[in-house]
Amino acid sequence: FSICSRTVEPLEYYRRFLKENCRPDGRELGEFRTTTVNIGKCLCSITTADGSALVKLGNTTVICGVKAELAAPAVDSANKGYIVPNVELPSLCAERFRSGPPGEEAQAASQFIADVIENSQMIVKEDLCIANGKLAWVLYCDIICLDYDGNLLDASVFALLAALKNVQLPLVTMNEETGLSEVNLKQKNPLIIRKHPVATSFAIFDDTLLIVDPTAEEEDLATGTVTIVTDEEGRLCSVHKPGGSPLTGAKLQDCITRAITRHKEVKKLIDKVIKSITPK
Amino acid sequence: DGELCSVCPGDTSVLAGLYGPAEAKLSKELPDRAALEVLLRPKVGLPGVLERSREQLLRQTCEAVLLGALHPRTAVSLVLQVLSDAGSLLSCCLNAACMALLDAGLPLAALFCGVTCALQPDGAILLDPTARQEQEARATLTFAIASSDRKVLMATTKGSCSVEEMQQCLAAAQRAASTIFQFYRDSVRRRYSKS
Repeated sequence: FSICSRTVEPLEYYRRFLKENCRPDGRELGEFRTTTVNIGKCLCSITTADGSALVKLGNTTVICGVKAELAAPAVDSANKGYIVPNVELPSLCAERFRSGPPGEEAQAASQFIADVIENSQMIVKEDLCIANGKLAWVLYCDIICLDYDGNLLDASVFALLAALKNVQLPLVTMNEETGLSEVNLKQKNPLIIRKHPVATSFAIFDDTLLIVDPTAEEEDLATGTVTIVTDEEGRLCSVHKPGGSPLTGAKLQDCITRAITRHKEVKKLIDKVIKSITPK
Repeated sequence: DGELCSVCPGDTSVLAGLYGPAEAKLSKELPDRAALEVLLRPKVGLPGVLERSREQLLRQTCEAVLLGALHPRTAVSLVLQVLSDAGSLLSCCLNAACMALLDAGLPLAALFCGVTCALQPDGAILLDPTARQEQEARATLTFAIASSDRKVLMATTKGSCSVEEMQQCLAAAQRAASTIFQFYRDSVRRRYSKS
């Protein structure tokens, strides 16, 4: 039995644990880290946002703030509003991210979130239209990672969903005579969220083993990643496998089954939190 | 070095240029393997977030097959220029990337090909859809299939579909992959039989 150092030979160190079907932090291969979510102005403390949520997946901390503004809809889609997601990985969240223009990982994550919103149809852009061709809502969703310990995509999707559920839009009417908009801040309606997509990420080790919810260390050692996004009907909103070790169709199916189970857990958690903050 | 033009059905065409293995900048070099960089240039406009996302997909797919450990501390650059887009653009880029790697003579563990499947509203599966078919489709799935055992190297989806539909598309893509690999073989044979 030889001594294996975590810093000198991280892969060998990890393999020792994987052989026993567990991981250095004590989790099983299919076990998620503790997930907590804080929604709203009191708990999340972004008072300037229209909706906010803070999600912690183990150490990975992601905060999402949604700001709603008014704008004229685009000429070719006069009855649609806009949703603009933006994922930021500031240099404070991990050593590897430098300050400056967004790197590839942040841009790819932003694109992924935009795709999830579009694919799942969680918010239908037509619902954001106030006056056809004249006025529509723009939802700026800023997702900022405060602490990066792997599995950014799961946490981001969850934070976005929780923040959007928390958004209250004031009633806006178009005055026909003056052509100006009138905002009634006293009357607020929640955003219509049609679907609830949940992301589940896996890391592939040594081309064969699949582990769920990887930490940053595990992601660095992994030979590939897979992210599955499902909605409450068990439909696939996204299968995101950006290269990495090849997988058979059966292994992919295995991931999807686990993702569907995870969806139920996350949905229960969100419902519980929303219920606890709704004034009775 | 290798230069290639890839034409997919429906006049989508992407020009791929591969440079390397060349000396890497100190900030970018990796001590144990080659550092691969992918640049995707759209036909019009500057590269945006969508191009960066696609670059990441392409880069990680190429890294999975490239035997980078044989060329440590070097840089391999793959530049893809979109010449025309008539649908199935991502799979065209994948095919161009693989053929560029082949043409440059870089050591590869396997070949890969890109296949796009569009799910029609009536449930029919269409391979290599045109831009219009992609727009009308319920969902568009793009897979990169490895040549060694038809496993999935890369998967990305647009729109939502059921699990069974995804598996059906995957099976159809794996079958279509054989045709594309035969095309690779024929292209390479043609190129080297001239000289």
